[in-house]
Amino acid sequence: MSVKLTIRQVGDVTVIDATGRITLGEGASTFRDAIRDLATKGDKKLLVNLSDVSYIDSSGIGEMVSGFTTVTNHGGQLKLLGLSKRVKDLLQITKLYTVFEVFEDEAAAIRSFT
Amino acid sequence: MVERDLLLDSTLDSVEIAEDAVLHDAQEIGFAEEDLHQIGMAVRETMVNAVVHGNRYNARKKVHLSVLKAPDRLTVVIADEGEGFDLNALPNPLAEENLLRQSGRGLLLIQAFVDEFQVRRGQPGGTEVRMVKYLAKAS
Repeated sequence: MSVKLTIRQVGDVTVIDATGRITLGEGASTFRDAIRDLATKGDKKLLVNLSDVSYIDSSGIGEMVSGFTTVTNHGGQLKLLGLSKRVKDLLQITKLYTVFEVFEDEAAAIRSFT
Repeated sequence: MVERDLLLDSTLDSVEIAEDAVLHDAQEIGFAEEDLHQIGMAVRETMVNAVVHGNRYNARKKVHLSVLKAPDRLTVVIADEGEGFDLNALPNPLAEENLLRQSGRGLLLIQAFVDEFQVRRGQPGGTEVRMVKYLAKAS
């Protein structure tokens, strides 16, 4: 199963609920296209919910970094919510925990956007 | 030692085939779930490198997968027929200036997930990656 993205609005924050796998191929490109579309549309507060993502490979990580850069370049913020232990480990190994703001709780994540 | 040898096309489908085959062998040895995840990811990343960066999806080039099963370890060798690369010439993905690069983290993850990792020039060409995961060292 590739990734399925559901987009919802909580106040002025756009929450992207991801389900499945973000890996090289369809999963990574679906994720990339969605983030670029939102950034281009002018959404500036993006929260990516990875609670139901079972697998991310280096391509998926690359797309998350690319999404972060795209949103930042458009003057916005991209943050992460609900990381599994495996995804947290990936961020530790790749030192990307120094790049991404990560939250366990959605309400706290929503409040953190300025 | 029990050996599995597969000759795979340079497609992304081969990545799935290799991952499934190696995980089947790893399960038979008795690796725990988290170790299976790490082995699967190391194989996936190595296969992607072989198909995408090594063979560049060239239909005339193959990826060679060998799996050696021992009671205490799993050895996986993946070789492509590409141009080869210099491991030392790759940018360090952990350097501050490279953290926001989109790619270049595959080898880092592979090395984090297996106990032994070697890259060498293949015969007659291409790149050969050899990975070992020990059951005893598995956490």
